[in-house]
Amino acid sequence: MARYLLTRAWQSALTLLLSTIVVFVGVRALPGDPALALAGEDRSPEALEAIRRHYGLDQPLPVQFAQYVERMAQGDFGVSIRTGTPVSSMLTTALPVTVELSVLAILIAAALGVGAGVLAAVRRGRPAEWLANGLALIGLSVPHFWLGLLAILYLSVATGLFPASGFVPILEDPVDNLHHIVLPAVILGTGLAAIIMRQTRSAMLDSLSSDYVRTAKAKGLRPRAVITRHALRNSLIVVVTVVGLQLGGLISGAVVTEQIFGLPGFGKMTIDAVFQRDYPVIQAVVLLTAAAYIVINFFVDLLYSVIDPRIRVTGDPA
Amino acid sequence: MTTASAPVLEIRDLSVSFPTETGTVSAVDGVSLDLAAGEIVGMVGESGCGKSVTAMSLAGLLPGSARVTGSVRLDGTQLVGARESALRRVRGREIAYIFQEPMTSLNPVLTVGRQIGEVLQVHERMSRRAARARAMELLTLVGIPSAAQRVDNYPHQLSGGMRQRVMIAMAVACGPKVLVADEPTTALDVTVQAGILQVLRDLRDRLGTSVLIITHDLSAVEYLADDIAVMYLGQLVETGSRERIFARPAHPYTQALLSAAPVADPVRQRHRQPVLLGDDLPSALDPPSGCRFRTRCPLAFDRCATEVPAQTAIGDGMAACHLVRPDGTGPDVRTADPSEVLS
Repeated sequence: MARYLLTRAWQSALTLLLSTIVVFVGVRALPGDPALALAGEDRSPEALEAIRRHYGLDQPLPVQFAQYVERMAQGDFGVSIRTGTPVSSMLTTALPVTVELSVLAILIAAALGVGAGVLAAVRRGRPAEWLANGLALIGLSVPHFWLGLLAILYLSVATGLFPASGFVPILEDPVDNLHHIVLPAVILGTGLAAIIMRQTRSAMLDSLSSDYVRTAKAKGLRPRAVITRHALRNSLIVVVTVVGLQLGGLISGAVVTEQIFGLPGFGKMTIDAVFQRDYPVIQAVVLLTAAAYIVINFFVDLLYSVIDPRIRVTGDPA
Repeated sequence: MTTASAPVLEIRDLSVSFPTETGTVSAVDGVSLDLAAGEIVGMVGESGCGKSVTAMSLAGLLPGSARVTGSVRLDGTQLVGARESALRRVRGREIAYIFQEPMTSLNPVLTVGRQIGEVLQVHERMSRRAARARAMELLTLVGIPSAAQRVDNYPHQLSGGMRQRVMIAMAVACGPKVLVADEPTTALDVTVQAGILQVLRDLRDRLGTSVLIITHDLSAVEYLADDIAVMYLGQLVETGSRERIFARPAHPYTQALLSAAPVADPVRQRHRQPVLLGDDLPSALDPPSGCRFRTRCPLAFDRCATEVPAQTAIGDGMAACHLVRPDGTGPDVRTADPSEVLS
């Protein structure tokens, strides 16, 4: 187990380094000269040279990269070209919003998806399965942004049940915070919930017809124990894989959802930065997204080994 | 040998059918069988003859679509048509199962100790800790060395033979009256098979458990069984003591089955001629009229197609064939000339 963890941690670190290089090179390969963009009206060669020297853009690329990594390691992501605020302080206000939104969306999606999937498998061929399948189809086919707009229209504007937009930090007022974020989280989670439901259902149907479930029944266990302890635990291996693969979609979904609900999160920050060609911010945003991917995948792998002893003991992911 | 005491398990006229789109499949048809305390009965027959369905139907383990009729009494308690909650109390506690494929029959994500302990937690209300300790004893009982370590192993860390021993430990955990072993050795290496059969016999001797072993391996029943029941296409065609069945099989199907099994004596083996049965097992969807075996029987004659053969008593058992005489003798397909039998 320890060796497996170490290997995975090492792999994650390597991936992170590679993504740093890709981001660094990628941003510099973008068309347009940042010095030119910063210079504004005064485009004299002297002014441009001064700007390049000020931002270290006159150094050779490897040196620039080394400086970049060094600064990043200290939590310094540079200064926004547009606003002049440090990127790190922009992140500290934007990140919690997105993290909360995503985590809540995953929790909602997992609870709904696994619950409905188990129900659909156990009540196969009955109305409960049709209902679950129908809802999953809707969850998969209807785009978030439209669902979000509908929710705002009917649940916020018409009835006033939820605020239509805005955000309150959790430390300021936890209840109000939840009130603001629950609707976006549900909307963001619908697609994932549908995918989880379908995977859970098919995995459960497999497990329920397996030999070990027959054994569990022959032991005289109650249906609840047979379903949860035996069938569901085995099905979760498949479900976790799918959730891990879908998290990327969740991050991009968060960008759209934040835009619709006016949440001051990572997504909004990204879109603004891209439109304004704010390189330091883009760099930080892309890198953090990559890091999030890597960290999430690491935890998904960890989760695997918790669920499936065959991975844990051999120290070798199948 | 069959004892005089009342049977622990009494199966009477048990029939199982499955409705399908093309018609009703009669998988088991009118099976009657007794299992005395401490007795080992071997049920033999080809794949698809209904052995496993019979086994599963005993504790109501068939899917909901199965229609089960007849009577299965376990110590006098009727199991056919019993409520699910009543059956749950019987399963694992009074009638326990061992299945063919020990790898897939054990849950891959739970330790073997947990899986054995689970039975004890459910039926004996043991704490998880006590159940684990008892699981260790049970592992030792079925001949697994260093049980203290093995109890925390997962199924994939054990060999096939060990996994089957775990299945047996799980089955005998609550000291069941009846152990149903459905092809317990089929998926195992030949070298491991004997060990598993030995464990089953030891358990019978030590715990007095009755065993119904279902197999197509004749050497297994020859080694283990007191009585033998031969099944063909959902029906029992012959029952009797192991000695009698192996020495004087009365039903042509039993004779054919025995002729197919190799004999350890090379001289005798050389002179033996297996009886080859033409065709495959007919479909249970549309079984042959009269005697179900007639389409493959070398000795079949016109009466076989029109009349269901009555069961002729032979000692404690019976044979269902028109050619078996009241004294239990009859022609032997291994030596008889079909033309003489018919005349």
